[in-house]
Parts: sequence; structure tokens; C-alpha cells
Amino acid sequence: MILKALAGTEVAPKIEQKLSGSIVESNETCMVVKKESISGVMRFLKESPDFNFNYINNITAVDNYDHFEVVYNLTSLAKKHSLCVKARIPGRDNPEIPSVTSVWKGADFQEREVYDLMGIRFTDHPNLKRIALWDGFEGHPLRKDFL
Amino acid sequence: MALKTELVTLNMGPHHPSTHGVFRMRVTLDGEMVVEMEPMFGYLHRGLEKLAEGRTYTQIIPFTDRLDYVSSMAGNFAYCAAVEKLAGVEVPERAEYIRVIICELQRMINHLIAVGFFINDLGALQTPLQYMWREREKIVDLFEMQSGQRFLYNYMRIGGVSHDLAPEFIPALEKFLDDFIGYYSEFEDLLKGNEIIQARTIGTGVISAEQAIDYAMSGPCLRATGVDWDLRRDDTYSIYDRFDFDVIVGQNGDNWDRYRVRMGEIMQSHRIIKQALEQLKELPPGPIKADLPNLLRPPAGDVYAAIEAPKGEMGFYLVSDGSIAPYRWHCRAPDFVNLCALREMVVGGMIADLIVTFGSIDICLASVDR
Repeated sequence: MILKALAGTEVAPKIEQKLSGSIVESNETCMVVKKESISGVMRFLKESPDFNFNYINNITAVDNYDHFEVVYNLTSLAKKHSLCVKARIPGRDNPEIPSVTSVWKGADFQEREVYDLMGIRFTDHPNLKRIALWDGFEGHPLRKDFL
Repeated sequence: MALKTELVTLNMGPHHPSTHGVFRMRVTLDGEMVVEMEPMFGYLHRGLEKLAEGRTYTQIIPFTDRLDYVSSMAGNFAYCAAVEKLAGVEVPERAEYIRVIICELQRMINHLIAVGFFINDLGALQTPLQYMWREREKIVDLFEMQSGQRFLYNYMRIGGVSHDLAPEFIPALEKFLDDFIGYYSEFEDLLKGNEIIQARTIGTGVISAEQAIDYAMSGPCLRATGVDWDLRRDDTYSIYDRFDFDVIVGQNGDNWDRYRVRMGEIMQSHRIIKQALEQLKELPPGPIKADLPNLLRPPAGDVYAAIEAPKGEMGFYLVSDGSIAPYRWHCRAPDFVNLCALREMVVGGMIADLIVTFGSIDICLASVDR
């Protein structure tokens, strides 16, 4: 059986039923979640038997000048499907988003990497420190205005 | 009389023979027991993700060699597959076969080195490693025939590979595959029944299947815990659905299982290469690279694509804005994510087991730090 990529439009209505107002938009390839509700939505995606997304493949972020976009790629090893979830953080000053480390421990290093290189603070992260660069380093290199 | 004791903080690395590169662990010890362990890395951070944003899609391929330099071809493959998915490129069949053969040879190299250094970390200095190294050398010679390089091959291209199989490659590969079976049983005779290896690895560095999934471990480390998950079978990419192979799984998620899973995968790669070679021989000559413009401009959009690299799931997240360079280039390095679970595996154990457990994860600092 081959891993099936779920469409955002397929998943979003079921989340809206449980956690209304948490979805910003959804399309064929991904689902955009309000940044405040990210950890609630992720917990639902992990714990609901329909989705059972027990595995976090990848966390990264993209700088789009007027907003940052945090990208999560999830997989369910049991159900054999995958999903791409995004969250947008408007503005460039002190961007913040709730951490998902309480949902998947594997998010730890990846969130620290995003914090280090993109400068997005993950609130409630147990150990949010720089991971690749040293503590005194100024700026966040992956931002488009760094260089 | 009560003995007065206190905790000791030990700084291991960044320059330490067992850290396989520049890796540092701050270990808090109670006698010989590890109470706390904090990994610190980044000494080899080169900013590849930032550098890639200023280069064309083809110019980035050499960077992927330098991610996990022990298995460069897998890096090439993962990246090219991601760009092909983003741009909707169809890869010629012949190129797919060449890629599979090369990548499975690369997996054999990686696991031979991983096991060799793992045994090295156990204290069997150099001797078993030299046996592994000898076989690796033969595969490296094969790669040299193909790419002209012994290391950092830069062999694959978007939509195919750079050169067709050299005329001397197939006979040399067949000889290697035939000889390898004997050498493989030599490794097994030498190591598998060794009492010291068993005593040191069985039951140390244990992680459960639930924890391994929670920590997003992948590759042999995940399969050693008993999770039957292999992207080659479960998310069939390239032409892996045409081959018959087993996914090797362990039971207990300890150092022994990780070692056994790797040894088992070497033989499965051997099986896949044999089948691929048979099928390739029946294939008529054809193109080895899709017909693409020199400056590829994938349509605007984003993609995440992953392959089963020797160390685990190697994925690329690419964002294109329709120009010749990626807008964002991110690599999901398998060993970087696997390292997340190291603390869980070593805390509560002995300091001597920490070295072994660390070696059993099989990391390459170049891809951890990027």
C-alpha cells in the first residue's frame, strides 16, 4: 500500500467540526491553520482515530517578507497517509507560535533549528536555544533581509 | 559511614575519537551513571540552506553530496527526486535503474561503515573496521568508474544521471556481488557470535517503538524498535515496486537490534541490485536523462519529497517562485532528527554505553549541522 497524501480540503471540515474557527484556508496540497490554534489542531490530528498522525516528518519555515509561514509535514504510520499543515505569522517583529513539542517530542530539535535560523519563537518549547549557531550570533540567517 | 558523593559534569567532544566528527555532549555523571546529557552541535554549520537560495537548481546538486558525505548518492537522489516532483519531470526508465543500483550500493557502503565504526566504538579497534573498509573500497572503485570521483560524486542530475553505465561497470559489479556473499558471511562469523559484542549491545541504549515514533526516528533506528516502516515499500518512489525485498525489523530497539538491522539491510540491498541488474540487461538502450532546459524553472509552488536514505528519511522541502533558483531550500536530515532521541536512550545508563549508543544511531555531522 502506498502512502496517500490527504488533501487539505478533505481534512479541514472535520477539524472545523471539533475546533471551529481554527482553519484559515485549505486547498488540494495543504491546510492553513490559525497560529493560535496550532497545538490544539495538531493534538487533534494526532489523537483522532480517523487521522492518527503519530509521526512528524518535518518542520520548517519560509520567510515571505510580510509574513512567516511555518510548515509541518505529518504522516500516520498506521493509516498510511500524510498531510501538510501550514501556519502564517504576520509581521516581522518578534514572530511567535505555540510549540508542538508537547504533541510530538521529535519536534524539539526541528523547532530549535527554525528558531535559530529563522528567528521564530516557539512558546512553551522546553529548551528554546540556538542549535547550529552560537549564542552571541546576531540575526537569523535564513530571513530574506539577512543578506 | 555515609560516603559523600557529588555529580560530575563531563564535557565530551567536540574533539573526541568516538564522536564521528565535531559533536559535543555535556554529560552529568553520578559515578558511572549518566544522569543528564545535552547534545551540542553546529560546529560544521556551513549555511547550505542559505547558500542554495542563490544558486540554480542544478548548481545545488554538489551541496547534497556534502550533506551526508558517507552516502552522497542518496543525497543526490533525494534532492533530484524532490525537484522532479516539483517540476513534474518524467525520469527515463534506464536512469531509474541506474539510480536504484547506485543508491543500493551506497546503502551497503553506509551500513558497512556504520557497523564498522560501531564495533570500533565498542573497543574492537580497527580490525573489524578494516574488513568493512575493504568492501567499501571496492564499491568506491565502482562509483569511480561511473562518476570519476571516489567521494562526493555529483553524479545524479535533475531528470536522470550524468553518465550511462561504463562498459566495465556491469562485469565489475557482478564480480563484486558474487564475491560479497562470502565476505558477508565472514563478517557474520567474526562478529555475530562474539560474546563481548553481545554483552555490550544487548539491552543497552533501548528505545521503545512508541518513543521512537514520537521522536520521529527513521531508518534502521526506527525499524530496530520493531516498527515495520520503509519508504521504499510504503511510499514507493522511483521503481522500487519492481523489486522483491524484505524490510528488516528488530524487536527491542537496543544497540544489538540496530546493528542486526543494518547487517540485514546490506543483504537486502544486495538482493535489490541483483534484480535491478537482471532487469536492466533486458532494457533496450535509451536516454539516461530527461530532456530539460539548462536553466530549469519549476512552476511556483512548494513540495516535500523524501526517500529512504541509508540513515533514514531524507526529505527536501522546496519552494519555487518560478525563477531559476529555489526560494526556500530545506533538508530534513535523518540523523539530525534521530539525534533528538539520544538523550532518552542514554540517561540512566552507563557512560561506556553512551559511546556505543551514540555510535549505533549512525550520524554524519555534515548532515546534522548542514
